[in-house]
Amino acid sequence: MATLNSRRAARLMISPAVLLLLAWMVVPLAMTIYFSMLRYNLLMPGMESWAGFDNYRWFLTDPAFFAAIGNTMKLVLGVLFITTVGGVLLALLLDQPFWGQGIVRVLVIAPFFVMPTVSALVWKNMFLNPVNGLFAHAAKALGLQPYDFLSHAPLASIIGIVAWQWLPFATLILLTALQSLDREQMDAAEMDGASPLQRFGYITLPHLGRSITVVILIQTIFLLSVFAEILVTTNGGPGTASTNLTYLVYAQSLLSFDVGMGSAGGVVAVILANIVAIFLMRMIGKNLER
Amino acid sequence: MGQITLRNVKKSFGEVDVIPSLDLTIENGEFVVFVGPSGCGKSTLLRLIAGLEDASGGSIEIDGVDATSLPPTKRGLAMVFQSYALYPHMSVRKNIAFPLKMAGMSAADAASKVEAAAKVLNLGDYLDRRPGQLSGGQRQRVAIGRAIVREPAAFLFDEPLSNLDAALRVSMRQEISELHQTLKTTMVYVTHDQVEAMTMADKIVVLHAGRIEQVGSPLDLYRSPVNTFVAGFIGSPKMNFIEGAEAEKHNAAMLGVRPEHIDIVEDGPWQGTIGLSEHLGSDTFLKVLVDGIGTLNVRGTGEVGLHTGDKVSLAPQPGKLHRFGKDGKALS
Amino acid sequence: MSRNVSTTRRSVVTIAAWGIGFLIFFPILWTILTSFKTEGEAIASPPSFLFFDWTLDSYREVNSRSDYPRHFWNSVVISFGSTFLGLLIAIPAAWAMAFVPGKRTKDVLMWMLSTKMMPSVGVLIPMYLMFRDFGLLDTRTGLVIVLTLINLPIIVWMLYTYFREIPGEILEAARMDGASLRSELIYVLTPMAVPGIASTLLLNVILSWNEAFWTLNLTAANAAPLTAFIASYSSPEGLFYAKLSAASTMAIAPILILGWFSQKQLVRGLTFGAVK
Repeated sequence: MATLNSRRAARLMISPAVLLLLAWMVVPLAMTIYFSMLRYNLLMPGMESWAGFDNYRWFLTDPAFFAAIGNTMKLVLGVLFITTVGGVLLALLLDQPFWGQGIVRVLVIAPFFVMPTVSALVWKNMFLNPVNGLFAHAAKALGLQPYDFLSHAPLASIIGIVAWQWLPFATLILLTALQSLDREQMDAAEMDGASPLQRFGYITLPHLGRSITVVILIQTIFLLSVFAEILVTTNGGPGTASTNLTYLVYAQSLLSFDVGMGSAGGVVAVILANIVAIFLMRMIGKNLER
Repeated sequence: MGQITLRNVKKSFGEVDVIPSLDLTIENGEFVVFVGPSGCGKSTLLRLIAGLEDASGGSIEIDGVDATSLPPTKRGLAMVFQSYALYPHMSVRKNIAFPLKMAGMSAADAASKVEAAAKVLNLGDYLDRRPGQLSGGQRQRVAIGRAIVREPAAFLFDEPLSNLDAALRVSMRQEISELHQTLKTTMVYVTHDQVEAMTMADKIVVLHAGRIEQVGSPLDLYRSPVNTFVAGFIGSPKMNFIEGAEAEKHNAAMLGVRPEHIDIVEDGPWQGTIGLSEHLGSDTFLKVLVDGIGTLNVRGTGEVGLHTGDKVSLAPQPGKLHRFGKDGKALS
Repeated sequence: MSRNVSTTRRSVVTIAAWGIGFLIFFPILWTILTSFKTEGEAIASPPSFLFFDWTLDSYREVNSRSDYPRHFWNSVVISFGSTFLGLLIAIPAAWAMAFVPGKRTKDVLMWMLSTKMMPSVGVLIPMYLMFRDFGLLDTRTGLVIVLTLINLPIIVWMLYTYFREIPGEILEAARMDGASLRSELIYVLTPMAVPGIASTLLLNVILSWNEAFWTLNLTAANAAPLTAFIASYSSPEGLFYAKLSAASTMAIAPILILGWFSQKQLVRGLTFGAVK
């Protein structure tokens, strides 16, 4: 539904965005791929030499790599699980009539605005710290031994922190979706003799499907690259217990100054992310078309 | 001025030919109505004239100038859209003044033109409201106001009344006709409603599957439709079509007779039973099951005292029978 | 329409909702409270909730130790700068996709979003080296460029979903009224899309404000925004909870207030037009 003139204009209008993103994707990625084939350490400038696929071999056989893959998956899936299930339950609760809805909503959304460095610092020191943290105080008050979360359950602690940041996002989207649910559909289902649980399963949940998809897509984009929370709380440790792929590459290249190896890790991360992306895009494409 | 000439105009979307090839001349000052069922290509044709779509072939001339590849902005036409397409963030005044602003007219000149248009359209009291605060009819008037201030070569209307309720439709129809009387500017009007076409047009163009079936004055089309499609489309209630033995008696593949051209008589050629009678007060519409022919719609006077199940005898008025050949074309 | 809800049920829901709301908000509340304590009180066991000597000492200390106004200003420039630049590039692109859709529009959109999936870490080194060579390291310009590129797909996507709700006939009307493409965008499309553009702007300002990968890795001192300012408090040094809390409060307060005030637009923005 358009003329040649407007199509020509459209191409012109879209080209800055496309060209910029293309450059943003291609130029650094090409450089990364090139570096990944080099023996290249920032501590030894001028010593670069061709390494072929050696960096990949080292990176992929490094036990840290498998640990990082596992941690990345646990982190993403764990947070997704907590936030979607928690989000649905919380949204159902907040959708009921009660006094002070506006204020509660403000309270619930707040963590989303907190920058990752702040939330990580606050959680690490003021809550999870085994000596002075609030949880330690609570444990002592109950006569229990304070638990050192970040040393003994580093990944779980990080999952908890990240989930706290993203729960508001999921809740708000799902709440908005719930509020758009046609009341008459619910009434009809009730007239048809559906129990509250059946109504939830047959009407509410399918209605939420689209929004859950959005929640998963957006969160995955951000969760795959969780970085500040790990940097601030555990530095990936102890050992590699809380190192995800992003952090591993960061550690290789900026902490060990091994650009070649770091780049190889970056390429691997890009490839893995693309696999996830293809899978997600399929799902989204199907779900958003409706 | 406002003469529009279409020569050999074609339009296809991908594989689909919406308009195979079409020639048409719209004379200066004419009120031309494109009418046809939905999907017949009438809106596409209007958008081709407007420049909102490219023609796939052929040429479009406006006042003797080839406008085929001109963008809509340069064609000097104004359009009233089905959804009115008012700018919701602007007051009525700003909406009407928008084309003047785009033409670079000074604010003072534009203001006086807007006032004048508002007076013609009875919008004086609403100039500072937003479109959202207006009724459907008022919005329609604003859309027309926005079109007339430009003093275009021609007005294009794309089913402008289809979002109004029945009563308002009738009065707006009359307003648009009066506007045409006053402005004497060419108007091209698209509708699927043959009543609008019959009441407003100087010239009706009946379209079907992208082809022009017939062009003529409303009465021409009513009196001598060139084929069964036009015969069935123009006139309300619809023409009755009779096939078979009865048609063969008149040397035709098909006979057409309008409900208002069938009389209820003492002793006519057609005998039947009334299946349904609708009394509208001024008229009575009868559905009659005629032996050997089938169901015929008959329009009687308001006082016909007949009811379902009554036996009647019918006769077509002399000279009002339309005969059609096997190909659907009218036989003379 | 709706049935009456019994007061009992309403009360139970109220208590549950407020309880959970309070729990979720508690870490922030606790941070704010701690920021008004002395360092001693901040780690006192058992901790005192409200009954302590309120003091602004920690704020004074933080202000004397680091240049908060500069970090704050850096954050403002970087987040708003990248968002405005992004909008400038994205509005025409979204116009094209929403109103002149072609066969490949959907693919382009999906491709744009997929660039967002590319892990930043994959291109950290080349970016770092390019920034070094172009003298962009630790500059606001450099960060504005990077954050614009990072958020561009989301801006385009959001604007696209909003623009699609605007009937195309209105833009055609503008064309018939003699508006050039520029006028069409400036006088008709943009004002009509103000709510959508506002949501997009807000969400992107927040995302950029909180972005903590590039801002940490590409800045040192001059262009460091609040994310880096707060990271400088990450290593423990004696009693520092109150100072940490004060710094944290100062880092999150601006965006928290902005977010609360614009909650409605924000929720609209967050749903990416997928939920009406």
